[in-house]
Amino acid sequence: MIRLWFKSGTPWVWLNAAAVSTCLIMVIGVLGLIIVRGVGHFWPTNVVQFSYQEPDGEIRTIIGEHVDTSITPAAMAKSTGYIMADDEDTLVQYLIKTGNRDITGTDFRWILERNVRQQQSPAELMVVERREWGNFYGRLVAIKENGKIIAEGAEAWPAVQTKIDEALAVFKKIAHLEKKEVGAINYSLEQLRLEQKKLQLEGLWDIAAEQRLAAEKTELEVDYKKYQAQLSELYQQIRRDSLVAKTESGSEIEIPLNKVVKIFQPNTMNVFDKIVHYGAKVVEFLTDEPREANTEGGIFPAIFGTVMMVLMMSVIVTPFGVIAAVYLREYAKQGFITRLIRISVNNLAGVPSIVYGVFGLGFFVYILGGNIDQLFFPEAAPAPVYGTPGLLWASITLALLTLPVVIVSTEEGLARIPRSIREGSLALGATKLETLWLTVLPMASPAMMTGLILAVARAAGEVAPLMLVGVVKLAPTLPLDGNYPFLHLDRKFMHLGFHIYDVGFQSPNVEAARPLVYATSLLLVLVIVGLNLSAILIRNHLREKYRALEG
Amino acid sequence: MTAQQVRTHSIDVSSILRGQKGAGEPNETCIKVENLNLFYGEKQALHGVNMEMPKKKVTAYIGPSGCGKSTLLRCINRMNDLVDNVTIEGSILLDNENIYDKAVNVAALRRRVGMVFQKPNPFPKSIFENVTYGLRIQGINDKRVLEETVENALRGAALWDEVKDRLNDNALGLSGGQQQRLVIARAIAIEPEVLLLDEPASALDPISTLKIEELINELKEKYTIVIVTHNMQQAARVSDFTAFMYMGELIEIGTTSELFTNPRKKQTEDYITGRYG
Repeated sequence: MIRLWFKSGTPWVWLNAAAVSTCLIMVIGVLGLIIVRGVGHFWPTNVVQFSYQEPDGEIRTIIGEHVDTSITPAAMAKSTGYIMADDEDTLVQYLIKTGNRDITGTDFRWILERNVRQQQSPAELMVVERREWGNFYGRLVAIKENGKIIAEGAEAWPAVQTKIDEALAVFKKIAHLEKKEVGAINYSLEQLRLEQKKLQLEGLWDIAAEQRLAAEKTELEVDYKKYQAQLSELYQQIRRDSLVAKTESGSEIEIPLNKVVKIFQPNTMNVFDKIVHYGAKVVEFLTDEPREANTEGGIFPAIFGTVMMVLMMSVIVTPFGVIAAVYLREYAKQGFITRLIRISVNNLAGVPSIVYGVFGLGFFVYILGGNIDQLFFPEAAPAPVYGTPGLLWASITLALLTLPVVIVSTEEGLARIPRSIREGSLALGATKLETLWLTVLPMASPAMMTGLILAVARAAGEVAPLMLVGVVKLAPTLPLDGNYPFLHLDRKFMHLGFHIYDVGFQSPNVEAARPLVYATSLLLVLVIVGLNLSAILIRNHLREKYRALEG
Repeated sequence: MTAQQVRTHSIDVSSILRGQKGAGEPNETCIKVENLNLFYGEKQALHGVNMEMPKKKVTAYIGPSGCGKSTLLRCINRMNDLVDNVTIEGSILLDNENIYDKAVNVAALRRRVGMVFQKPNPFPKSIFENVTYGLRIQGINDKRVLEETVENALRGAALWDEVKDRLNDNALGLSGGQQQRLVIARAIAIEPEVLLLDEPASALDPISTLKIEELINELKEKYTIVIVTHNMQQAARVSDFTAFMYMGELIEIGTTSELFTNPRKKQTEDYITGRYG
């Protein structure tokens, strides 16, 4: 009976199904965990006020968001030093985000459920998202203008809304002026300094050049003065207002409005308000720059850097891979040496990526970059231009890392082109090059795209080599901006993968950063999926166009 | 030979030959093969072949599979150069020029000697692009010239009426017979002197085969045609001269009517009467 069952092949089918389902469950599980943890982070939770009996018996007020609950069995709790009553089976602890790091020194604390005397969510509790020191939780007392109270009590809340909008508008203006206008002037001044040094090195520094540069410099300085005046005025305007708030312990502190990002009362918000708030937070996450050692704010520079680097890598790896594959498949004499080359290429794909990073640092950055600096940028010395990790070297290193995939799949694509098509082209008087260029390569383009898709999938998720050749924790400028030559390949950049590592493991505030790790992971997955999908769409289009002969 | 006769042909070879034009008038030689030996590595595939093919006539190669007729055909436009390990001795003269001379530009030679393969092999491009492929390689990009050539070539290949409204459609959407005629159109678009047909109808249905055969009859007004075929009736129907090959050797060549009615060699007789092969 059993033997018959085995012979029928049914167990084999079950085994296959089980393997496939295991894979699927794992994938769904990983994605599900990331999505649930990452997406939930931006939802505004209610702020709770606890009356809490401290271990010394004193009753204190604690205000904060309930973040997590941990349930420990009694035996385990006892062994870690908690005193447990006989009728208690478990020890329940809450993780509360209390904020106010500037006052208490910590953002989070654990409290015991059994010591909570009272728990309520008063409507007037507010959350202030600040540019420094994390969130503030407490009650609004008054609004001050130039140190004088202009609204108090019930009038304070509506007044703070208009004031905060004004302050944010001013802040935006300041950021724009500092980043765009003053940034451009600084960039131009630096270019002028380099030009002067270059002329001096070349011995072309004369009166005419000096006057020209001096004139340009004065012009820039005039502009700079103009912006400086505007800026100081704006700064005065934004520093004028502040709000006074009462903390959980009853003490009052003053928060200048230029340090405030957002202010809201979650306990009064209905679902619709919360959705709006959520949307705003997500947009902020996607489009803003990080604050507070990357644990707050957005991750736009990291998204930008990741996409930029992957695109650069694609631009570099495709021609090299395709040309190498064409040579190996079409021109090289098939024999021992080509086989050796092929084996080496395949083995390159198995080299650990950090090794590529070391190679990139040693060869590209120090040797190539160092020589480029000596030859083309002597005026910048001793500061390196290309002799330091940057976008270009990171892209080239990853291109090297993904080269084998492109070569292998392009070769397979070339091998699949029917002989009859090549002969048809040759019989019409085409040379080998014309045949390749007009017929074979277009027909093999879907295979090249397949290679590129695999390359992108690998490169976008790679972090280890990047840490050596160009990724940084915080890049002050994007590699693409409005200053000539617009694309700055020598700049360092941020990367989602490294951002995850940095926020999750290098951050001073691990509890606050953990949800961000999930959110960033989700985003990294989405970016890779997006890049892959676009490549797949292009490939399908090409496939349709160059449908190979059947049979 | 009229279409009517082709449709009603019987297996009896002699009845077909009654419709054959008498070949006897003096012919100008177009291609001359001299002492051609060909080796695939160690294995010799052609043994000292000597033959002449007259201008603007159809010459057919017949013989059992593996006898070297396709190999011989592919020597005429040097297609065998693409195969690894091939050694070719002897010479082939095209208009008294040795095509195996070192000075010969192979691409230019192939423009003079067009070829159509056993399986239709259109490029995965539009019909228009397929026909103009050879011209574009020669650097002809004038739209008027291209359009004119496409029409002439497609008319020449008896395909114009079927595809004139969809020249920009992908050529792979055509039927097998249409594809084969497209490939012929592609070959005649560059106006070669010689057209090599390597079993052009073997992958096609009878109706398409018929069309191709009619086409060959029209094309021989302008081109010297060499055709390889498995099908003896086809050879009898379309060719003026027939060469019988066996085991890499040319056994016999003569006018088609003579070879089929009065073969000089016993091997030929055995083959055409179906005793082997």
